Amino acid sequence: MSAHTQPSGTGSGLVKWIDSRLPVFTYLQKEYGEFPAPRNFNYWWNFGAILSFMLVLMIFTGIFLAMQYTPHVDFAFDSVERIMRDVNYGWLLRYMHANGASFFFIAVYIHIFRGLYYGSYKNPRELLWIFGVVILVLMMATAFMGYVLPWGQLSLWGATVITSLFSAIPLVGDSIVTWLWGGFAVDNSTLNRFFSLHFLLPFVIVGVVALHVIALHVTGSNNPLGIDPKGPQDTIPFHPYYTAKDSFGLAIWITLFAAVVFFAPNFFGEPENYVRANPLVTPAEIVPEWYFLPFFAILRAVNFDVLFIDAKLGGVIAMFGSILVLFVVPWLDRSKVRSARFRPVYKWFFWILVLDCLLLGFVGGHPPDEKVFEGIEGLKFINLGHLGTAWYFFHFLVLLPLLGMFEKTRPLPTSIAEPVLGGGQSAAGAAAKPMEKA
Amino acid sequence: MDIGKKLSHVVAIAAVAGLTLVAGTGSVIASGEAKHPEAQDWSFAGPFGKFDVASIQRGLQNYIENCSACHSMNQLAYRNLSSLGFNEDEVKEIASQYEVTDGPDDNGDMFDRPARPSDKFVLPFPNEQAARASNNGAFPPDLSLLAKANPGGPDYIFALLTGFVEEPPEDVELAEGMNYNPFFGGGQIAMAPPLFEDGIEYSDGTPATIEQQARDVANFLQWAAEPEMEDRKRIGWKVVLFLLVLSALLYAAKRQTWARLH
Ligand code: HEC
Ligand code: HEM
Repeated sequence: MSAHTQPSGTGSGLVKWIDSRLPVFTYLQKEYGEFPAPRNFNYWWNFGAILSFMLVLMIFTGIFLAMQYTPHVDFAFDSVERIMRDVNYGWLLRYMHANGASFFFIAVYIHIFRGLYYGSYKNPRELLWIFGVVILVLMMATAFMGYVLPWGQLSLWGATVITSLFSAIPLVGDSIVTWLWGGFAVDNSTLNRFFSLHFLLPFVIVGVVALHVIALHVTGSNNPLGIDPKGPQDTIPFHPYYTAKDSFGLAIWITLFAAVVFFAPNFFGEPENYVRANPLVTPAEIVPEWYFLPFFAILRAVNFDVLFIDAKLGGVIAMFGSILVLFVVPWLDRSKVRSARFRPVYKWFFWILVLDCLLLGFVGGHPPDEKVFEGIEGLKFINLGHLGTAWYFFHFLVLLPLLGMFEKTRPLPTSIAEPVLGGGQSAAGAAAKPMEKA
Repeated sequence: MDIGKKLSHVVAIAAVAGLTLVAGTGSVIASGEAKHPEAQDWSFAGPFGKFDVASIQRGLQNYIENCSACHSMNQLAYRNLSSLGFNEDEVKEIASQYEVTDGPDDNGDMFDRPARPSDKFVLPFPNEQAARASNNGAFPPDLSLLAKANPGGPDYIFALLTGFVEEPPEDVELAEGMNYNPFFGGGQIAMAPPLFEDGIEYSDGTPATIEQQARDVANFLQWAAEPEMEDRKRIGWKVVLFLLVLSALLYAAKRQTWARLH
């Protein structure tokens, strides 16, 4: 059967020998060479490649950091400083890893909003979307535990605040917290297990990414028009067209990343984490890293009891709920039209949701009773938190289902090729798109 | 291309980017009621920034004479001073002024010896309790990372060291042994003003005003917190320029590839 599985045309004797026994080259050729992709991707489709790069970068830098890092409460802080000062290019490794986490999250948030805008979660891509949300959850767990490792003040106190949330669970809450900690406080056993899990989880992410990509290659990619390719005129081979486009986008991304790593490496970080962890001194303000701030705002927004659910448990439910709701988005959104380009009302609410998430992030960085503006007495951050949280859930739980029923969508173009190849008068041509060309 | 559409997209993207920045930095601002330190001109600021080595050397002298009795700098080793232009003998000389406990020797006894370049800066107190006992219960924090452990960074250090006020405002009741300094959280600090006009004789002859000393100390502490900074920025320029050229080439390649499609 070797004759059938030959990679098309090319390949040395060795390649053929391997391929007829383990068809990796055929696979690559099929999935990344010929793989037919819609011809109209814009640069928002670049973020899959960017995310893959970031994952590999995090694993590489992480493994080299782990060679020098000591997971013990007495040595962790100094071992990280030793990496910064005495290990050759240790500062580069650590700054790439720490800022890599931030850039990873920027990319994944853009990637998710891209999916929301173009309806990429809809039939038949529900499972692909669900794997994506699983990756997000795993990334959050990984980053949370990674932030504990340098054992600064916010490492310790951030871990204490977040793990303590589980104590809100009725009856078993306190036992769960003790079990998570491996003791009665965030201490050495907590640090050890977080290191172990922080090492493990990225490889689990690699596994889920594989599932995500396999699912993608079954359904094929969505595209800015949100309509299915109708034939070969609508698609182009992934290589060389999108390999070329992705390489360019990735190079720009890496340039931005390098600018931060080399010129502002502590821009995303909290200064307080350069103070060694001290269980006896609580920092004035305990803030998580920026990428958790919207969720932190939702957690703190529930400061009232609801029936038998007290405020603490309510906050925890809201916070986890804000992530879990993403899993069911494919079923909450009843609209058959995928792309927001043809959904004049949804398009507005999409951008309002983006602003809402930014607002929540802003709120999460401030103490709840702080005034938003000097001189305006009534408006505190908690009020904004209430507003932002209410809107977040309203968007997903009420607006998405209702819009699907009542929104009057615009006519869809008949094929991808039509507007792309200059059918300028069509509905799609009118909705032309700045990022598409170039 | 519809210009209006294009514009509205650009505006939307700019708004998102702007808000992200606000959200990103917003969390830093709120830290107690301390007065906000004024921004100073630092030679190390910006992507072309360089250390002011002469000032850092004076800062080191100042730290040794005025601060090291109370504040440790536990991330620094004497050998690190060679990157400030001290030669091997000078580093040895500085180190040997300090005693460290080493051992055990062949008889199992610990012994004292002069510090060597490979030793870490000798700590003023054996432990936190001892430090508190000599400072009315207050703990003089380690200074190695202070310049990046505070949102105000070196501006804060400069403001704090020059910001002591002898007579506190009327509504402030100073606690026993405390000093008034509006730049410290709460306005009261357990450290007495450590710098005095001409309180030090700089070996390079620079007039020792309080401002000059505070600037030198801040420069020194900034170096201590990020000794890799000059290397980092120098390499950074090469990397970023390389990446820009690479991006341009990849863009050209992309254009050429896509020109085959129509
Ligand atoms: C007599 C002991 C002593 C000397 C000498 C001394 N300090 Fe301090 N310093 C302290 C103590 C104690 C504190 C803690 C104050 C508090 O917590 O209220 C402190 C706090 C500080 C802080 C504030 C740190 C923070 O957490 O924000 C800075 C900055 C500082 N010292 C710098 C210096 C510098 C620079 C010198 C030398 C020019 C110096 N100190 C000399 C005892 C001293
Ligand atoms: C999904 C990928 C990953 C993410 C999002 C992530 C995130 C983080 C974060 C946020 C930190 C704290 C950075 C700081 O402020 O210092 C950190 C530290 C660390 N990570 Fe990771 N990480 C990832 C993968 C890995 C891997 C695969 C390893 C090892 C095999 C690793 C090893 C370490 C070590 C040793 C530290 C402590 C050193 C330090 O704090 O700089 N990481 N990680």
